[in-house]
Amino acid sequence: MSRPSDYVDAATAQQPKKPDTAIIQPKLGFTGTVRFIWRQVTSMRTALLLLLLLAIASIPGSLVPQRSSDPNGVIQYFTDNPDLAPVLDNIQMFDVYGSVWFSSIYLLLFISLIGCVIPRTKHHYQAMRAKPPRTPARLERLTAHTDITLEGGNAGTAIESAHALLKKSGYRTELYQGRNGDVSVSAERGYLRETGNLLFHTSLVGMLIAVAVGGGVGYAGQRVIVEGQTFVNTLLDYSSFNPGRFYNPDNLPPYSLSLESFDVTHEQKNLDAYGMPIDYAATVTTRTQDGVTEKRTVKVNDPLRFEGTDVYLLGNGYAPTITVRDPNGAVVFTDSIPFLPQDGNLTSLGIVKVPDGLEKQLGMIGFLYPTAFEMETGAYTSTHPDLIFPLLTLNVFSGDLGIDEGVPKSVYALDTDKMKQLLGGDTGRDSIELMPGQSQELPDGLGTITFENANPDAPNTADRDVTTTDFSGSVARFASFDVQQDPAQGWALVFSILIMIGLLTSLFIPRRRVWIKATDNPDGTVRVQYAGLARGEDPGLAEAIDAIASRHRDALGLQR
Amino acid sequence: MDLNELSVLALWSAMAMYVLAFIAFALDLARRSADVTAAANTPASKDTSASSLATAQTGSAAGSGRPVTTLSRPGTASPQIPARRSPVLRVALALTALGLLLHLAAVVTRGVAAGRVPWANMYEFAMTGTLMIMAIYLVVLLRMDLRFLGTFITGLVLILLGIAAVDFYVAIIPLPPALQSAWLVVHVFVASAATAFFAFGFALSVLQLVQNRRQAGTGDLKKLKLKFLATLPSAEDLENLAYRTNIVGFILWTFTLIAGAIWAERSWGRYWGWDTKEVWTFIIWVIYAGYIHARATRGWRGSRSAWLAIIGFSAVMFNFSVVNLFFKGLHAYSGL
Ligand code: HEM
Repeated sequence: MSRPSDYVDAATAQQPKKPDTAIIQPKLGFTGTVRFIWRQVTSMRTALLLLLLLAIASIPGSLVPQRSSDPNGVIQYFTDNPDLAPVLDNIQMFDVYGSVWFSSIYLLLFISLIGCVIPRTKHHYQAMRAKPPRTPARLERLTAHTDITLEGGNAGTAIESAHALLKKSGYRTELYQGRNGDVSVSAERGYLRETGNLLFHTSLVGMLIAVAVGGGVGYAGQRVIVEGQTFVNTLLDYSSFNPGRFYNPDNLPPYSLSLESFDVTHEQKNLDAYGMPIDYAATVTTRTQDGVTEKRTVKVNDPLRFEGTDVYLLGNGYAPTITVRDPNGAVVFTDSIPFLPQDGNLTSLGIVKVPDGLEKQLGMIGFLYPTAFEMETGAYTSTHPDLIFPLLTLNVFSGDLGIDEGVPKSVYALDTDKMKQLLGGDTGRDSIELMPGQSQELPDGLGTITFENANPDAPNTADRDVTTTDFSGSVARFASFDVQQDPAQGWALVFSILIMIGLLTSLFIPRRRVWIKATDNPDGTVRVQYAGLARGEDPGLAEAIDAIASRHRDALGLQR
Repeated sequence: MDLNELSVLALWSAMAMYVLAFIAFALDLARRSADVTAAANTPASKDTSASSLATAQTGSAAGSGRPVTTLSRPGTASPQIPARRSPVLRVALALTALGLLLHLAAVVTRGVAAGRVPWANMYEFAMTGTLMIMAIYLVVLLRMDLRFLGTFITGLVLILLGIAAVDFYVAIIPLPPALQSAWLVVHVFVASAATAFFAFGFALSVLQLVQNRRQAGTGDLKKLKLKFLATLPSAEDLENLAYRTNIVGFILWTFTLIAGAIWAERSWGRYWGWDTKEVWTFIIWVIYAGYIHARATRGWRGSRSAWLAIIGFSAVMFNFSVVNLFFKGLHAYSGL
């Protein structure tokens, strides 16, 4: 079957093998050496060893955080293991699946695969057009073998009906005349087995290419949108953007997307899961370049497919709207700031930076408790993710925010190196504590700060009893979206389906040869022999031969 | 008593049945050992066993009423002593079937109580996966005599169920949004079916190795008193059986991998991201691909490929336990 030289198959082993000159000859010469190496590379043993090596090489990536899937974990790892981390980094342990060593294993494997598949495809093509082989002289030697004697008729008619039977059963057949006056039909079936095997291996190559192309020409970008805000699909509007090596950002499909509302449903009945989110739904309005608008919903398992991009809903949380005024009452800052959830009850952490308009730059580290509860220690915690009793606390710093040097700073971190803490922590002065709609003086006469109530219909809470107020809708929500373009994704799906089909046919379709031979005996009876030979795994061979014999007897009109 | 409590009760009752079945299967193995000893002590017994084998074959051919002699090679290197019919084995099978019914009741009531498929967290996955192991075992028994695997299968299922019931139990809670998908039904179910087949193949491969040792005649096994091995299929037959089981597992696993990728695309925004669970699913897939290749590579058939199947199943168990519980990743569905 033109398989690798170390393929186990009885049929191959029976064929007279060419002496393995490459191994015997002491001097190979250049072409000899190349041939020898090529044969080694495309051998079954090499494929097997490379497969096992690939399995082993994949392990470290699950033990050490990877930059691709867990960038924060990598940063944490460097902090926790300052000595070990750089060493690991040198051998690409944080980028295992893109590393030189991992890549060389799978590339070598695929070279071996291609080198294996091409000659087999050629050979298979020829085999499919070749006649089934001559009937062996002594069928009784084969393992699966059955013998009957007919009381009449003649060898010719017996074989004619055998021929028709095998043809009908999907065998490819050929009639042969034996030396001892016998006639026989030689039949083979199950070529699909090898076809499936080749399809499988070829589709693996296709899959590799689809994955590589998709990574190269696509992009992935992230963006946080607060209710009421609009995102425009341009490079500038992304919070982070990871293009493939060959991606041209000019090709970003022009559209915009507004987050109308973000709705969370929490479990209300089941006490084992009280407050657990059971549904997230982002209602968005999309607008194409031509101004066509449409309202749609994006859910966790239900992305938005739009203009060649896929928009996924990943995270969400609260984005309190904070306004800062100078001592004269002029607004110097107002913004809805996404606070990152820290626990299941959405205790959220956020950073407020007020760079301009006040005497000094202000920085604040804030906590939002959707349902605030004061613990015995005096610290707050949140007891429910909904806005039942929302509270915002802020520690205030003043000084240099460090954002004027042009170095991009994370909006989720405050660098307090060049700042002085004014409120909270060790200052001995209380943090700012606000509920939606409330305002408070900033320290040192800097101005005032307001925690805006996002619900336009909300009454002024400043002078009402907060314990009876309905706060739902008082803080805007944000949703974080992942926008992706992977033009090769469909191909990956196609190849994975082909992989499945190839696998099923190659593992379950038996490839077998069947021979039926009839000989006229001197006494007027006819001896009919049935034999089969498996090519590859074929547990049902013996049964199949028995079945053929029985059906042949039926066809000949003999009783069972 | 609500439905979930009923489910828990049914599960513990099923485990009780399996314990009894395990004991009965073990008694059967002991009895087989005794038979082998008896056979060895009777000089004529070898011939009888060989001829009874032959009668069995012509018998089946004659049974179909055809004047056909099937010359099938016994395929056994060392003489296998046929196992006698045994009452204790029948009891074992009846207990297993009863256990399976209770087990099924436990899974179904859990599903009804939760109002969704009963495989959304580790407890449920283990419950359903072991149910599959048992069901596949009993179905395969209808076609092949694998009764000797009873101790192993009930033992394995008992260990897994025990751990699940004691350590993984979680109350019924609704599905988080990430799990609300038709792919949960397909992906996880097929994964548990694949696991069941791999468990089976693992059992056969272990037995194959032991049988191989016995056939090779190395003395150390004699000391272990594993005489019942003489009543089991030859190492070669076990290997073929293991292979057939494992390729079914492999195909299901391939499907799991693909279905997982499709789901990941919908849910996490990319079809493949080398998340820890993805990594291990891939590793297992590659190990079993290696196993299939080993079977087709000269010098790797037999014990070496059996070792690969054993390593493969160990990786499956590792993936289900350690990776789920201790590795960080997106796949946080253990519910613990
Ligand atoms: C990415 C690497 C590879 C993977 C994942 C892989 C996987 C598989 C799988 C799953 C099968 C069984 C299904 C089938 O027969 O189609 C198989 C069979 C086979 N593979 Fe590969 N393979 C790889 C590379 C290779 C290479 C490099 C060779 C040649 C040296 C090769 C030669 C074969 C042969 C001859 C069979 C048939 C085995 C039999 O008759 O049972 N494969 N492979």
